[in-house]
Amino acid sequence: MLQIDSWKRVLVLLVCVAGLLLALPNAFYTRVEQSNDARAAIEVQGETAELTEAAGQWPSWMPSSLVNLGLDLRGGAHLLAEVQVADVYEARMDAMWPEIRNALRGERDTVGTIRKQPSPGDEIRIKISKPEGMARALEVVRGLGRPIQTLTGAGSNDIEVRGTGDEIVVTLSEAEKLATDDRTVRQALEIVRRRIDEVGTREPTIQRQGADRILIQVPGIGSAGELKEIIGTTAQLTFNPVVSRGTDAEARAEVGQKVIPALDQQGVFYTVEAAPVVTGEELVDAQPAFDQNGRPAVNFRFNTSGARKFGDYTRDNIGAPFAIVLDNEVISAPVIQSHIPGGSGIITGNFTVEESTNLAVLLRAGALPAGLEFLEERTIGPELGQDSIDAGKVATVVAFVAVLGFMWASYGLFGIFANVALIINVGLIFGLLSVIGGTLTLPGIAGIVLTVGMAVDANVLIFERIREELKTAKGPARAIELGYEKALSAILDANITTFITAVILFAMGSGPVRGFAITLGLGILTSVFTAIFVTRLLVVMWFERRRPKTIEV
Amino acid sequence: MRLKLVPDETSFDFFGRWKLWLGISALMVVIGFASFALQGLNFGIDFRGGTTIRTQSTQAIDVGVYRDAIAPLGLGDVTITEIFDPTFGPDENVAMIRIQAQDEAEAVSAETIAAVEAALAATTPDIEFVSVESVGPKVSGELIQTAVLAVSLAILSVLVYIWLRFEWQFAVGAVAALIHDVVLTIGVFSELQIRFDLAIIAALLTIVGYSLNDTVVVFDRVRENLRKYKKMELKDLLNLSINETLSRTLMTSLTTLLALISLYVLGGDVIRGFVFAMIWGIIVGTYSSIFVASTILLWLGVKRDWSKPTNTTGNQFADIDA
Repeated sequence: MLQIDSWKRVLVLLVCVAGLLLALPNAFYTRVEQSNDARAAIEVQGETAELTEAAGQWPSWMPSSLVNLGLDLRGGAHLLAEVQVADVYEARMDAMWPEIRNALRGERDTVGTIRKQPSPGDEIRIKISKPEGMARALEVVRGLGRPIQTLTGAGSNDIEVRGTGDEIVVTLSEAEKLATDDRTVRQALEIVRRRIDEVGTREPTIQRQGADRILIQVPGIGSAGELKEIIGTTAQLTFNPVVSRGTDAEARAEVGQKVIPALDQQGVFYTVEAAPVVTGEELVDAQPAFDQNGRPAVNFRFNTSGARKFGDYTRDNIGAPFAIVLDNEVISAPVIQSHIPGGSGIITGNFTVEESTNLAVLLRAGALPAGLEFLEERTIGPELGQDSIDAGKVATVVAFVAVLGFMWASYGLFGIFANVALIINVGLIFGLLSVIGGTLTLPGIAGIVLTVGMAVDANVLIFERIREELKTAKGPARAIELGYEKALSAILDANITTFITAVILFAMGSGPVRGFAITLGLGILTSVFTAIFVTRLLVVMWFERRRPKTIEV
Repeated sequence: MRLKLVPDETSFDFFGRWKLWLGISALMVVIGFASFALQGLNFGIDFRGGTTIRTQSTQAIDVGVYRDAIAPLGLGDVTITEIFDPTFGPDENVAMIRIQAQDEAEAVSAETIAAVEAALAATTPDIEFVSVESVGPKVSGELIQTAVLAVSLAILSVLVYIWLRFEWQFAVGAVAALIHDVVLTIGVFSELQIRFDLAIIAALLTIVGYSLNDTVVVFDRVRENLRKYKKMELKDLLNLSINETLSRTLMTSLTTLLALISLYVLGGDVIRGFVFAMIWGIIVGTYSSIFVASTILLWLGVKRDWSKPTNTTGNQFADIDA
C-alpha cells in the first residue's frame, strides 16, 4: 500500500535537485556568460585583474553550462552554402593534361600527332592523327590512372578513358568523383572554420549538411553579407605561366589557355596557361611584409613538393613572366629573375597594409577548393532577438500562472502537488537543455509553453482516475494506488506517440524547428518523470503524515 | 469548492447523431481541400524562395512610399505589409517586405538586398533592418519535400504504433482523426491566407502528437472497458468510455489552451502564426478524438474477446505465449 522505497525517494529527490542546480545558471544568464567568457580568456591569455573579477561573478564550484540561444533569439547570421564540387573536376583535368600530353608524345610513332579538342571542363578530348594507334594510346593514357584509396572505391581507377573514332575521352571515374566530392567538402568545411575562427566570434556553428552543403551560423555578427565576406567565395591562389599580355578581353586563347584581367591595372589582360605551376594549396605560410622599396607585400613559403615544382619552373624559365593569380585576377606578373630554389617568395602589388594583411590571412587559411553558392541566408538583428526573448518570458510566466491557478482551483491540494511538479518540470527542461548543450529557439520557447500546458496532462489523468476509484469506495490509500496504476498505460501510450512525432521533427527539421523538437521531446520525458515519480512522492509523503480517512481530489 | 468543467457523472450520447458529426467533418475536410486547391497556401519564403526584410523605424510607415522606393529596382513581385502588434512600443513601426526569388538556385544576392536597403533608407532615415532572410528556390523545393515527408512519416509511425498497441481498427480511427486535423489546419491556413512557413510544419506535427494523445487516452479506456463489460453494446461502451474520460479531455485541452493563448497574445508577432496553428489544432484535435476517431471505431467494429491478455498493457502479441 502506497509505499516507496527510501532509496527511490532519495533518487527522485536527487534528480530534482540536480536538475534544478543545472538549470540555475540560466536564471543569471548574463552574469554566468561573462564569467564563462572570462575563464576561457584567462586560459588563453593568462590572468588579468579585470578578467579575474569578471570570472568571479559566478562561483566556480557551481554548474556553469548555459542553454545556447538560437540565432532567432540572440541575433546573428545563418548561411547555407553549397560547395560547387564540380569545380574541382575541372582543376583536376587541367592538371592532368600536361601529363597526358607528355605520355602521348612519347608514343608519336604509333599514335601520330595529338591535338586537344575543346570540351566541357570535366573531360579532356584528344584527337590523334593515327586512329589505328588508338589501342596503344588508350593503354598509355590508362596507365596514368592511379588506384583509389577509399573503402568503397577500392580496386577502381581514378580516371576513365574511352576511345571514340579518333578521339580519346578522359573523365574522372564515378568512384573518384565521389571521393573527390567528399574531400572537397571536408576541405571547404575546414577552411570556412579556420577563416571564421581567425575573426574570433563566439560559438559559431559550422556543420556539414548532406553530401555537399555547409551550414554556417554565427551569433552576434552584423549580417549574412559580412559573414560571406569573411568566408570569401573562392580565394583561389595559383601561379600560372604567362603566354602574353594585352588589352583585349576577347583575345583568342589556345586550348588549355585562358584570358584573365589584371587586378590593379584597368584594361590589362593576361593570357596564361590554364594549368597552374603551383597552387595555393601547397603554401605552408604567408605573412604580411614589405618589399625592398618599403611597399606592403606578402611573404610566402611552399611545402616541399610545391617548392620543388616552383624551383624547377623558375630554373627552366628565367626571363619569362609568370602570373600570380588570385580568384581569376592577376595580382602581379613578375619576370623570373633567377632560379628560386628555397620555395619562398614575395608577392608585391599595389597593396595597402590592410590589404596585404588580409591577403596573408586568406592565403594562410588556405584557398577554398571550390566555389560556394549560398542557398539560404538569414540575418536576425539582436534587438529582434531580445524582443522575442522578452515577449517569450512574459508569455511563459502568464501561461505558468494561469495553469497553476487553474490546477489549484480544480484539484485543491492535489493541484498544488501537480504545480510543484510542474515547476520542477520546467527546471528540469532547462537543466537538461544546458547539459546536452541544446539550443533554445523561439519555437523552442513555444515548445516549453506548450509543455507547461500539456505537462499537467499526466497528472490530470491520474487525478481523474483517483476520483473515479474513490467513487467505488475502496478507501483513499487504495484509490490513490489504483489511480496511479491504471492511468499508467494511458500516460505511456499518449506520451510515446507524441515523443515519436518529436523525434521525427528533430530528425527532419532544421534550425528553429529542431529547437522546438528538442524542448518538446525533453518536455515529454520530464513531464512523465515528474508526474509518475515527483507528484507521487509528494502525495505519498503527505499521506503518510496525515493519514486522512477521506480525501478530496 | 472545486472548479469542475463537467459534472462527476456524465452520460452524453456522442453517437446519437454520429452520421451528422461525421458528415460535418467530411464537409469541413472537403471545404479545406477545396480551399487549398482553389487558392492554395500563402507560402512563406521557406517554401517558395525569395527574401523577407523586416524593417523598423520610429516614423509612421507609408506602404505606398516604400513601394515607390523599391519599384525602380525592378524586382518583380514585392509585397509590403505593415505589422501591428500589442507587444510593440509606441514608436515601433514594423513592416515586412517580401521579394520574390530572383534567380534559379541562389538566394537573393547581397547587392540586391543592399540596393533595397539603400532605397528604403532614402525614404526613412532611421530605418533599421532587424532581420533579413532569403532562401533560394533550390532549398525551398527540398524543404517542401522534407515537410511532406515528415508529416507523412509521423502519421505512418503512429499508425504502426497504435496498431501494435491496440488493434488495426483503432489505428485506422486514430489516423483518420489525424488526417482530419491536418487537413482542417491546412484548410484554415489557406482560407485565411495566413503565411505558411517551416514553423507551421512543426505546429502540424505537434497537432498530430496532441490529437493522438487525446485519442489514445480515449482508446485506452475503451480497451479497458472492453475487458470489463464483455456483453455491452459497442456503441454504449464507446459512449461510456468517452464520458468517463471527458473531464480529463477537457481539463487538458483547457490548460494547454490557456498556455497557448497567453503565448498568442503576449508572445510577439514572429510566432503568432505558429501559435495560431496550434490553438486551432488543439480545438480540432479534441473534437476529432471524440467525434472522428471513436465514430470510425464504432463503424469498423472491434474484436470483443479481450479476455486472454492478463496484464493491463496487453497487446495483440501478448497471446503468443499464452
